[in-house]
Amino acid sequence: MPAVQETVDQVRRIDVDQYKYGFVTDIESDRAPKGLSEDIVRYISAKKNEPEWMLEWRLEAYRRWLTMTEPTWARVHYPKIDFDDLYYYSAPKSTKGPKSLDEVDPELLATYEKLGIPLREREILAGVEGASDRRVAVDAVFDSVSVVTTFKEELKKAGVIFCAISEAIREYPDLVRKYLGSVVPTSDNFYATLNSAVFSDGSFVYVPEGVRCPMELSTYFRINERNTGQFERTLIIAEKGAYVSYLEGCTAPMRDENQLHAAVVELVALDDAEIKYSTVQNWYPGDKDGKGGIYNFVTKRGDCRGARSKISWTQVETGSAITWKYPSCILRGDESQGEFYSIAVSNGYQQVDSGTKMIHLGKNTRSRIISKGIAAGRSDNTYRGLVSAHRKASGARNFTNCDSLLIGDQCGAHTVPYIESKNASAVFEHEATTSKIADDQLFYCLQRGLTSEEAVALIVNGFVKDVIQQLPMEFAVEAQKLISISLEGSVG
Amino acid sequence: MNAEPRILNTPAEVTLAEAFSASRGHLPGDAAVAAARAVAFDAFQKKGLPHRRTEAWRYTDLRVLLRSVPPAPPAAPASIASAALLPGLDRARLVIVDGAYRPELSDLSGLDGVEVTSLATLLDQGDERVGALAGRLDDAMVALNTAMMTGGVAIRVPAGLDVTRAVEIAHVTSGAYSVFARNLISVGAGASLRVVESFTGPDAAASVANIVTEAVIGDRAKVTWAKLQAEGNAAVHLSTTAVSIGGESQFDHLTLMTGASISRSQSFVTYGGEFARAGLFGATMIGGKQHADIMLGVDHAVPNGASRELFKAVMDGKADGIFQGRIVVRPGAQKVDGKMMTQGLLLSEDASFSVKPELEIFADDVQCAHGATSGEIDEDMLFYLLSRGLPRAEAETLLVTAFLAEAIEGLGDEAIGEAFEQVARDWLADRKTLS
Repeated sequence: MPAVQETVDQVRRIDVDQYKYGFVTDIESDRAPKGLSEDIVRYISAKKNEPEWMLEWRLEAYRRWLTMTEPTWARVHYPKIDFDDLYYYSAPKSTKGPKSLDEVDPELLATYEKLGIPLREREILAGVEGASDRRVAVDAVFDSVSVVTTFKEELKKAGVIFCAISEAIREYPDLVRKYLGSVVPTSDNFYATLNSAVFSDGSFVYVPEGVRCPMELSTYFRINERNTGQFERTLIIAEKGAYVSYLEGCTAPMRDENQLHAAVVELVALDDAEIKYSTVQNWYPGDKDGKGGIYNFVTKRGDCRGARSKISWTQVETGSAITWKYPSCILRGDESQGEFYSIAVSNGYQQVDSGTKMIHLGKNTRSRIISKGIAAGRSDNTYRGLVSAHRKASGARNFTNCDSLLIGDQCGAHTVPYIESKNASAVFEHEATTSKIADDQLFYCLQRGLTSEEAVALIVNGFVKDVIQQLPMEFAVEAQKLISISLEGSVG
Repeated sequence: MNAEPRILNTPAEVTLAEAFSASRGHLPGDAAVAAARAVAFDAFQKKGLPHRRTEAWRYTDLRVLLRSVPPAPPAAPASIASAALLPGLDRARLVIVDGAYRPELSDLSGLDGVEVTSLATLLDQGDERVGALAGRLDDAMVALNTAMMTGGVAIRVPAGLDVTRAVEIAHVTSGAYSVFARNLISVGAGASLRVVESFTGPDAAASVANIVTEAVIGDRAKVTWAKLQAEGNAAVHLSTTAVSIGGESQFDHLTLMTGASISRSQSFVTYGGEFARAGLFGATMIGGKQHADIMLGVDHAVPNGASRELFKAVMDGKADGIFQGRIVVRPGAQKVDGKMMTQGLLLSEDASFSVKPELEIFADDVQCAHGATSGEIDEDMLFYLLSRGLPRAEAETLLVTAFLAEAIEGLGDEAIGEAFEQVARDWLADRKTLS
């Protein structure tokens, strides 16, 4: 069990400070004035050289946002956010469209090196044996801008468009106009509407009909600047019969203040298309007293628009002070499929309220939800999910399994599923359990000579195995390490 | 920005406010009770009728469903026909007509040693038991009941008394009236009691019943309680049961919902002592355009409690069946064992079933689980029975009866269980005419 051994080693290497991505890059940046107004929206739009229609779209969202109230239904507690005390745009100064990596600020390159993100196309992921023939195209987003996108040329040959969304708005306006906001409308919810008004960058992926994307695509988000919010927007479109696997990772420096991250991700899968979206979320979770950390308020939704299409969400949530996200699938096409695999680990004073929505609209649609929550320290971990079948969703099928593991007696684990069936032939099954690590399992490991930390690592790895298996290989290793790091200090 | 949405008063809310100011002067109770009524009505007015954004009521939007409020029942006591409900079940009967206890219609034989009092009398004396449990609930309709309650019955079983004869609290609505009743049950340490609660009324009468029952169950007591909601087909039924169970006690509760046009039954169980066991069961059988909502709250406030919940619902026609269940394990309440299961069976294309089984857990050394399923009659089972020569209707009835029986039998009381299963069989026999 090499992965387990790796986890144990990793845990051992860590000192008091568990968050290793907490450094700050000292880089000159270009910021919009503090606060939010129509002028700021115009400023962001102008910075991005956007066409008129895009600006109008943003302004409409902004005006609507002014009429909305912050939602309070999630099981999370935090002081009121002052939306006028944030910077809505921040970009490293030196990135006026570098032609090649050589033109990118070395300071930035060093940052990504430190984070272990391969920006040079020849590089392979460090520490993964047998990965030499696996390549990953990366779009690196630093605060509000995309700094570089790798393997663009090679992807272009296959017909795949992979670029920053700001670039897509300029280069492929017809595609963007057709799909942007078609899954998450500008009026969807408070944070999605805010994002629609001020989003700065993110990734755009378009896979044409019948194309299987030749490599994994990946976006790496980094918040660096103080007091800024990051509002990225990702749009992925898989045409008929296309396939794409997309990975997303994120980190931020350790700061005393809370920072806001409000992203919107939209996926569109047409007939027979498949999109696999994996996230390893490792925003700064705050220190051991619950000070600082990222507020991660994200709207992610996939639309299985075509028949027999499939969207699969896999997420490993270990970071953020507060996580509030529900990657969802609208199963519109007949026989379409939605999947959601999630591991949410919370420690310290973290609060997680996450889950999914599976909305069955088409006939014979299927969905599967596997959620594993691990709560330690003084954290709260909530699964909140909706499975619904509409009148016409004959033959819909769902299986949901959500298990929670509690480590320590100061934490909380909660399950809030909503199951709504309006069709007799829809078959829904839901099961949930909550327990601690069983004493007999621990005892068994201990008497075989494992230390209690090793024993917990082993049992936790077993607990989350169903989800880890769904991750692409590079992420699986990283995820496993992350889980053990997050639980560090919670045993004993 | 971020303006609070203005809450408009619905016609029903306006009528309720008028009814309260018209009746507050002559509702039973001393000065303290009158003051408590005013506070409660204020609380109700602040919340307004529950609506879909009231999380606990999200599937039963009373602002939409409760279009009008009928008048209070007439002062002169209505005469009622004796109900043929639950034939064959031997029990004493406490009859409450339109929210007033009617000793002359009741039968108290076999209740020696049990204290039965009219609630109106208790209110006039200012008994502190009234509101002791219901007062803790944060619920608009319970607050409305506290403000408007007219009567009901209080039962006190002294410590150690084993009451073998079942007691029925029979709520009868005589016509299209607003009824606000409150009952109290106290069961002393080591005592035992079997309760049947029934709710009936005439068809085509748009009555609105809001009934709250508070029960305190002592240490080592054993209480079996079955509730039968068989109101008339135009009625609105809202009932709340708040129970506190003592250490090492056993509490088994069954809710059977089959009547009314719109119904909501809420049960809240709090563990007051360690090693108590609760079994909570439910069976819903609805058709036509009926709407039946069961809300259950189980609060493990102390360690070492056990709870079992099994709720079954059968929906025919265009009926909406709803179950919301919530198990809370408080910090420090270790070694709690809670299991909740909900199953919905849809018999027609237009029926619907919504479930929200919640776990809220703050202690680590617990075993808690919940499950939920929704679907139609299993084709394989049906095929098996058809292949044995059973006609389709009969095969369906057999499967549905078996489906419901599991929950009804969970109560563990043979006589009551049998009487309730008969209700289920009758419903199935009438099912074709319903839809």
